[in-house]
Amino acid sequence: MKVLVFATRNYKEIVRDKLNIAFGLGFPIILLLMMTAIQSKVPIPIFELESLTPGVAVFGLSFISLFTGMLIAKDRTSSLMLRLFTSPLTSSHFIFGYTLPVLPLAIIQIAICFVVAIFLGLKVSFNITLTIITMIPTALLFIALGLLCGSVFTDKQVGGICGALLTNLTGWLSGTWFDLSLIGGAFQKIAYLLPFYHAVEIGRVTMIRNYSEILPHMIWIIGYDVVIITIAIVAFTKKRQANSV
Amino acid sequence: MIAIETKNLTKKYKNTFAVNNLNLSINRGELFALLGVNGAGKTTTIKMLSCLIRPTGGDAFILSNSIVSSSMKVKEIINVSPQETAVAPNLSVRENLEFIAGIYGFSKKESQQKAASMIQSFKLHKVENKKAKNLSGGWQRHLSIAMALITEPKVLFLDEPTVGLDVIARRNLWTLIKTLKNKITIILTTHYLEEATALSDKIGIMSEGNIKAIGTKEELIAINHSKGFEEAFITIADNEER
Repeated sequence: MKVLVFATRNYKEIVRDKLNIAFGLGFPIILLLMMTAIQSKVPIPIFELESLTPGVAVFGLSFISLFTGMLIAKDRTSSLMLRLFTSPLTSSHFIFGYTLPVLPLAIIQIAICFVVAIFLGLKVSFNITLTIITMIPTALLFIALGLLCGSVFTDKQVGGICGALLTNLTGWLSGTWFDLSLIGGAFQKIAYLLPFYHAVEIGRVTMIRNYSEILPHMIWIIGYDVVIITIAIVAFTKKRQANSV
Repeated sequence: MIAIETKNLTKKYKNTFAVNNLNLSINRGELFALLGVNGAGKTTTIKMLSCLIRPTGGDAFILSNSIVSSSMKVKEIINVSPQETAVAPNLSVRENLEFIAGIYGFSKKESQQKAASMIQSFKLHKVENKKAKNLSGGWQRHLSIAMALITEPKVLFLDEPTVGLDVIARRNLWTLIKTLKNKITIILTTHYLEEATALSDKIGIMSEGNIKAIGTKEELIAINHSKGFEEAFITIADNEER
């Protein structure tokens, strides 16, 4: 009950910030429209909707990290957190309370990307639903990244790290905008070691019904999920305990 | 009956004692004002008593519950109105109140009833649907205190409740605080001497992390053979500082 009350408050704080909605939903949609317009003039395989939509959806998730991180960082530096730390809320109430409201928002954001893609010509199929489902572990990863950044950094730093660094990493190293093999070498190796490329590939292989290729990429994402969620929980708990030393 | 008792309560940061062997006893229903110059240890004391920071020595008991070993029990029976206004900015006044009641374990229906009751008591009707971030400083402070009271705490900590408020808003808040006297135990920290004397049953003057004098306004003036309370305060606080 306490978790739900706290989660509801966090949900309202995020969705009532109009900038959040504008960036979280608007920016990925604009990108989809722009790339589809380019594709209609200069056809490039990577910008075909089956390939582009999962990439844009993953890119959009970097904004979910930003919202989560900003909310936590702002709370941490406000007197409201003092009030909440003197209440009977435990660390698990805080962590679930911050995660629960963002997960449905992330799924809605992914779904909206696909709905827009359908209007732009993506063929409607059950596979779209399956793709959205396979992208949920990626959504969790980006939420955990937001939880981690919000626990460690100030709201201004979160703006820089999640708003600039993470969106750029997600854009450049995911293979959404160009084929990573075109650059190759160390760049490609680093991209393969990070989760962003695998996150996009999960969506792409599911979209083309290449189901046997899901697992190798999913292992990377679930591995990152476990590591980042664990670090985020430890970081938040330590920050909370820092007040009690 | 004693509501708050501290036993050699100590908070040490490296080589500095923020609070040093504090021994204090406050009766139920009493409004106790903690006065002191900056760095005297008032806020650190409040933070320890409200389980926000852990003492490095000693203990304190809130209605017999240790702040060290039973902090969760303590948190259920206290509430705090921090120095800066502590509200959820994008929630309305009503939502803020229901939110705080909810995280203290009240059901949705109970939370709604309690919020309605607080809106009535604090005359928040005009602003009940306004987002907290759009309220004036005075209304925000009213809301912040209403959020502290909605959980029906046995002990309430008011940390500099009127700082930054204009004269009228301050007087309104004083009237409100007076209505709480004898109902709940209140610890009030303030820099305003007239606030402490107008509101409190007893005043404790802190200096260098410890209580240097406790008593009513009249007792503190008499002990120090002072002409007024300000002189008594300066004598106690300044002598110790030197």
